Amino acid sequence: MSTRRLAPDAVQPQSFAFTSENQAFAEATIAKYPAGRQASAVIPLLFRAQEQEGWLPRAAIEHVAVMLDMPVIRALEVATFYFMFKLAPVGTAAHVEVCGTTPCMLCGSEAIIAVCKNMISPAAHTVSADGKFSWEEVECLGACSNAPMVQIGKDYYEDLTPESFAQLLEAFGRGEHPRPGPQNQRFASEPLGGATSLRDAALAEPVNASIALAEAEPRR
Amino acid sequence: MLADSDRIFQNLYGMRDRSLAGARARGCWDGTAEIIARGQDAIVEEVKASGLRGRGGAGFPTGLKWSFMPKEVKDRPHYLVVNADESEPGTCKDREIMRHDPHTLIEGCLIASFAMRANACYIYLRGEYVREKEALQVAIDECYDAGLLGKNAADSGWDFDLYLHHGAGAYICGEETALIESLEGKKGMPRLKPPFPAGVGLYGCPSTVNNVESIAVAPTILRRGAEWFKGFGRDNNAGTKIFAISGHVERPCVVEEAMSITLRELLDAHCGGVRGGWDNLKAVIPGGSSVPLLPKDLCDDAIMDFDWLRDQKSGLGTAAVIVMDQSTDVIKAIWRLSKFYKHESCGQCTPCREGTGWMMRVMDRLVTGDAEPEEIDMLLDVTKQVEGHTICALGDAAAWPIQGLIRHFRNEIEDRIKAKRTGKVSAIAAE
Ligand SMILES: Cc1cc2nc3c(=O)[nH]c(=O)nc-3n(C[C@H](O)[C@H](O)[C@H](O)COP(=O)(O)O)c2cc1C
Ligand code: SF4
Ligand code: FES
Repeated sequence: MSTRRLAPDAVQPQSFAFTSENQAFAEATIAKYPAGRQASAVIPLLFRAQEQEGWLPRAAIEHVAVMLDMPVIRALEVATFYFMFKLAPVGTAAHVEVCGTTPCMLCGSEAIIAVCKNMISPAAHTVSADGKFSWEEVECLGACSNAPMVQIGKDYYEDLTPESFAQLLEAFGRGEHPRPGPQNQRFASEPLGGATSLRDAALAEPVNASIALAEAEPRR
Repeated sequence: MLADSDRIFQNLYGMRDRSLAGARARGCWDGTAEIIARGQDAIVEEVKASGLRGRGGAGFPTGLKWSFMPKEVKDRPHYLVVNADESEPGTCKDREIMRHDPHTLIEGCLIASFAMRANACYIYLRGEYVREKEALQVAIDECYDAGLLGKNAADSGWDFDLYLHHGAGAYICGEETALIESLEGKKGMPRLKPPFPAGVGLYGCPSTVNNVESIAVAPTILRRGAEWFKGFGRDNNAGTKIFAISGHVERPCVVEEAMSITLRELLDAHCGGVRGGWDNLKAVIPGGSSVPLLPKDLCDDAIMDFDWLRDQKSGLGTAAVIVMDQSTDVIKAIWRLSKFYKHESCGQCTPCREGTGWMMRVMDRLVTGDAEPEEIDMLLDVTKQVEGHTICALGDAAAWPIQGLIRHFRNEIEDRIKAKRTGKVSAIAAE
């Protein structure tokens, strides 16, 4: 368990509203749940608010609570319980979530964290001097056969080395969005160098599903 | 090695056509309406006969679990809830199903929901799996367009809606009642059982929570028959199984194999073996972070199934195989898991909230060697006080890896403490 608090008032914006596109998403999401059970939509809506703002301000939490007709304290409980909610501003180019759990640790995540300390800031949860980057260590992201790995935004960057990871950070710093997925020529989670099963597979697409979806997304 | 023709997940790596048309060409959605026409009881009996045991960690017989749902829908609707939280360290198998072979899961949701008289199913994905959720949503949309979902789904006469939902980063939401709480829009805090979800689950209605893989294998079992599935693995350990191998092998991977394969064959055939050769092996965690490790000598004969591993006081868990070679600081490897459990405890039971912190702090000292020798037994004692005394199994999961470490590597812990005290670094502690 850990205690998570909201950012100080000085950085909190006064108000929050969904963009019209996100408002439509919110309404469609609420419709997935039975009548009277709209509180079920709280995580997806807070998540969308965070995607819109880059982090999750208090005003957004209050706005979502009102939309879902739930007491504000319940929405605050949810926002502080779940670790993916960023309660304070993060780097504008990339917030790096480095998996540090045992399988990744065995494969070198400590060296990845060292790169973060070196290139971003010595302490986690601290935005770099230029405002572009921040990082934190997170628990297993469920991609352990492609360790070590990090999440940046919606994407997983896998099979990293300190060198390939440093290059990724440089690319983000230039405003690019480098191709996610394995950084060592693997397609997905097959053994490096060639699958030992399903070998006659004909490649339908040159990249795995995660990469294809990332590349299909319009960039803002 | 399992023949490709016997693999349920024909597109595990996503190298084949991932669209509905591609999935159909591989046999998905073939005769779904006929399967449903067999009726609820026949489907449940076939799944029971197949010997399928839950793939989410506990290995509870799937058909039996389905049979706990009320036989009639009364005033409350029934729900199937699919557990796609996949947060047990080492585990990365459901991800491959969802992003690369999603139609196995979607068809399974329809059939399993029908078998349990549910007209709606929610799939709860971990929040980090954004692309997996998108991939699955693309496949669901295709199915609605093709009439495989919705009213009279797949011409079966059954109306069925399938929804994706996601969390936001909390391991505890993989526990089935915490998952339900989270899906209802609350903090993911496990509920006391009973009542069990089959009586009072999602929105107070009869519900069943199953792992992604448990549901995704069901259509193939029903098409090819219980006897086919039972043909793999030892008695009581039936079927094929997706293994996720991480750590110190030459080529880590996710692969579907026959249950009861030996550990050695699994690693040699698919991972290029242990890094530096089999004799360079130190220990293996065979089933995800919650199960006790096996030292090398037990690995030599290890059989990867529920019963063999349970007999060694470990477990198959989620079949996430974490391999550690001789270069590993095994105390530190387990310490990192203690840190994980402390971070992920939801905090509502005192033994878990306090115990996970306490265990981690002693583990901190075991890593550096700054502990008193008596603390090893004290730590063991604390694990026993947490185990079995909490609302959910996270308390047990935090205790077991430490118990395994002390059982098999007590010497190494003692040597490190001794070395620290005498200022001498022994061969082992120097690693
Ligand atoms: C702390 C904790 C975390 C769990 N995490 C998961 C998980 O991520 N995925 C999963 O399928 N089951 C998980 N489980 C097991 C579920 O509670 C449940 O037993 C399982 O989803 C049942 O599905 P099955 O019968 O198909 O195996 C977890 C259990 C505990 C105690
Ligand atoms: S055992 Fe731990 S995680 Fe489970 S309910 Fe109790 S405090 Fe929460
Ligand atoms: S331990 Fe890093 S992804 Fe699982």
